[in-house]
Amino acid sequence: MFKIIKRPPLAEGRMFVLRILAVVFAIGASMAIIALLGHDPFKVMLEMIRGSVGSAYRIKETINKMVPLLTLSLGVCVAYKMKFWNIGAEGQFYMGAYGAGLVAFNFSHLPSYLLLPAMFAAGILTGGLWALIPALLKAKWETSETLVTLMLNYVAIRWVTYLQYGPWRDPKAAGLPRMMHFPETADLPKIGGIHIGWIIALFLVIVIYFLIRYSKLGYEITVMGENPRTAEYAGMNTFRILLVAIMISGGICGIAGVIQATGLEHSISPVLSSGLGFTAIITAWLSKLQPVTLVSVSFLFAMMLQGGNYLQSVMKVPSDVAGVIQGVILFFVLGSEFFTQYKIVRDKRQGEETRKVGA
Amino acid sequence: MTDRAAYVQMEGICKTFGVVKANDQVDFSVRKGEIHALLGENGSGKSTLMNMLSGIYMPDSGSINIGGKPCHFHSPKDAIRHGIGMVHQHFKLVDILTAKENITAGMPGSFFIKNKGMTEAIGNIAKKYGLQVQADRKIYNMSVGEKQTVEILKVLYRGADILILDEPTAVLTPQETDALFNILRNMRRENCAIIIITHKLNEVMEISDRVTVLRKGQSIGTVNTSETNAKALTEMMVGRPMSLEIQRPAVTGGADSEPLLDVRDLTIENQEKIKVIQNVSFQVRRGEILGVAGIAGSGQKELCEGIVGLQKVSGKVIFKGEDLAGCKPGNIISKGISMSFIPEDRLGMGLVGGLDIVDNVLLKSYRKTKGLFVDRKQGVSMAESIVRRFDISTPGVHHQVSKLSGGNIQKVLLGREVSLNPSVIITAYPTRGLDIGASYNIYDVLNEEKKKGVGILYIGEDLDVLLELCDRIMVIHQGELMDILPASETTKEQLGLLMLGHRGEGADHV
Repeated sequence: MFKIIKRPPLAEGRMFVLRILAVVFAIGASMAIIALLGHDPFKVMLEMIRGSVGSAYRIKETINKMVPLLTLSLGVCVAYKMKFWNIGAEGQFYMGAYGAGLVAFNFSHLPSYLLLPAMFAAGILTGGLWALIPALLKAKWETSETLVTLMLNYVAIRWVTYLQYGPWRDPKAAGLPRMMHFPETADLPKIGGIHIGWIIALFLVIVIYFLIRYSKLGYEITVMGENPRTAEYAGMNTFRILLVAIMISGGICGIAGVIQATGLEHSISPVLSSGLGFTAIITAWLSKLQPVTLVSVSFLFAMMLQGGNYLQSVMKVPSDVAGVIQGVILFFVLGSEFFTQYKIVRDKRQGEETRKVGA
Repeated sequence: MTDRAAYVQMEGICKTFGVVKANDQVDFSVRKGEIHALLGENGSGKSTLMNMLSGIYMPDSGSINIGGKPCHFHSPKDAIRHGIGMVHQHFKLVDILTAKENITAGMPGSFFIKNKGMTEAIGNIAKKYGLQVQADRKIYNMSVGEKQTVEILKVLYRGADILILDEPTAVLTPQETDALFNILRNMRRENCAIIIITHKLNEVMEISDRVTVLRKGQSIGTVNTSETNAKALTEMMVGRPMSLEIQRPAVTGGADSEPLLDVRDLTIENQEKIKVIQNVSFQVRRGEILGVAGIAGSGQKELCEGIVGLQKVSGKVIFKGEDLAGCKPGNIISKGISMSFIPEDRLGMGLVGGLDIVDNVLLKSYRKTKGLFVDRKQGVSMAESIVRRFDISTPGVHHQVSKLSGGNIQKVLLGREVSLNPSVIITAYPTRGLDIGASYNIYDVLNEEKKKGVGILYIGEDLDVLLELCDRIMVIHQGELMDILPASETTKEQLGLLMLGHRGEGADHV
């Protein structure tokens, strides 16, 4: 009936249209799923939008979700540019928060302007070192970074749980297993009711953009990602580049953890990230590793997360709807990649030929 | 040759990729019981045309008739059903399987594959066409020639009586080439239609019955081989008369001058601790081209990589009085040794396909500028001058390298290396897959460097070229140095024997 054939490469403009179409189709498909669940899809969509940008408070909540997501996505972008499949953003996030906690609890007497930078520095270091483990294993023994980064996520989360029940347990919490709060000097400053994490995130967007686009390190990362043998041939110190790039990747994910801990929770808990480290993989991929595109994609995903929460409380629709939509979008956009290379044509000679195949 | 009518007939074939007309009203026909050579420059549309005949592409317009019946192929499967089989330049075999398993893979049959019938069928085909193959041998144990035989058997097993071979002799020794040609003659006798895509004129003259020449997507004409000669074919192919001689300028000093690169007792072990290069000693002198001949996989790659520091070596690599063995690649580059290795996929080592010309040109020099950022302005001007000097056809210096044609890719690579003003150039297969015009460009570039006093180590595969271009030729066999011979006093057959490991029967006694 139909045949798949290769098509000549598409122009950039057509590619863009194709992606937009994929998102439109994805939303259509999501609405069909919502309808199947017995809800009015148009109302759900409308409520999701209202729930995410319908008021100043909701916008603020959306931005609060977007900031860590954007930061984490930037982090994994650096690794992905090198084709190092870091899916350990979640773990690096928690280790970053842990590093911040170490500083906050041990140097709580410091004034805010010293304490906060120290916490960030510590978070970058711990997040980066955590990512360095799979990088070293890969460089030395060619282990799969995908598996190691994934597994280290659970180690990091368990580590936080241990801290919560053990050394960092809040003695004032009347027997509840809750972690101590950070000193107030460790609160991220706010502007207009929103913590300044968004400034940090946007600043990182610019840094990463220039790093990848114009810097020597970015050039080396790109070459290594595209063709590691050529990188070696050109005299690049591939071992050093790998370690530095992964330190940056993990360090940025660590920053996300510090932002979340100092900006919102003022403490650490095993649900601090609520899985954003995994969502970041999707957003990084959808924005084709372009830092600037990431801003809008992260905002869209933050809208869905916030809108989903709102749906749960207002329409009694499970907030997991947002998760479903995210999955469907990823599915459609990745699926659309197929159509950038192939097209489906009607097979003209159905009759005898197809019968021949059957025989 | 009983059937004189065309068996395969392609008429008015057009195929456009974006703005490029790869095939423009091409007519092509093959008879049963003939060997038909398809000749043309790189990018002339040979592969596109054959890809349409083998069902990989569909023509935009035009018709394909097989045995008088119009056919529309939508996939290679359709083409196979019509008896068309293609042997690709780069073999598509599963290394860890046996010849038999490769031959029968994907064929309908019973659930279990240990089938006596299949072995018998393979044996019969092999006998019919004079193919020699050990059906139970694993592919990774086979030489290039044997692998090719398996490929041919694979398509014959699928019932092909129209066989397309894409540059089949590119990686064969003279002896293996002779064997292949015998097989092709047997197939001609059995009334197969054979198409061989090639750019080697002497082979066209030797094996083919008719030749069709393509140029820039158009068919220039079809002639009987017996009524033409290499010169006339070149003119049809290039569009202007062209000398087929490769220059070998004599450089004063040349072969007698001081060694620039002195390699002593070089030994390289691979990861399995097998010695892939054993006690190899040679010298590259100022203003000479030292050729390296050997069967593919005899240690050429390791030799190149060993000299430039990409492989661990024992022994000495003395360059201008300094032992470089064990130095890092970055160090060796800065000393003025350039290596360009063109593996089968062309982009494997030396270029980054996904990046543009500018970024590729900068690959070895970006570190020289100060600061954190890559100086792309300098890159652009370097790229522009390379594009101009080597006449690279590209829409611009920001064009992605993988989207250039093979010849232009090679020119970008060689252009970058030459523009770094190296003292020693190590180049492997720089004309692989290139057409005549582009190849001669590359030879000219190398000769120019030679005249400047650069020492060149040229790893080649076309023995005719090695004999004409190089001053001396060293032959390696399984990582061992067989002999170093002056090119002007050596024959192809001598080289062929040495390449197969027959020491002593070569140079001195023939």
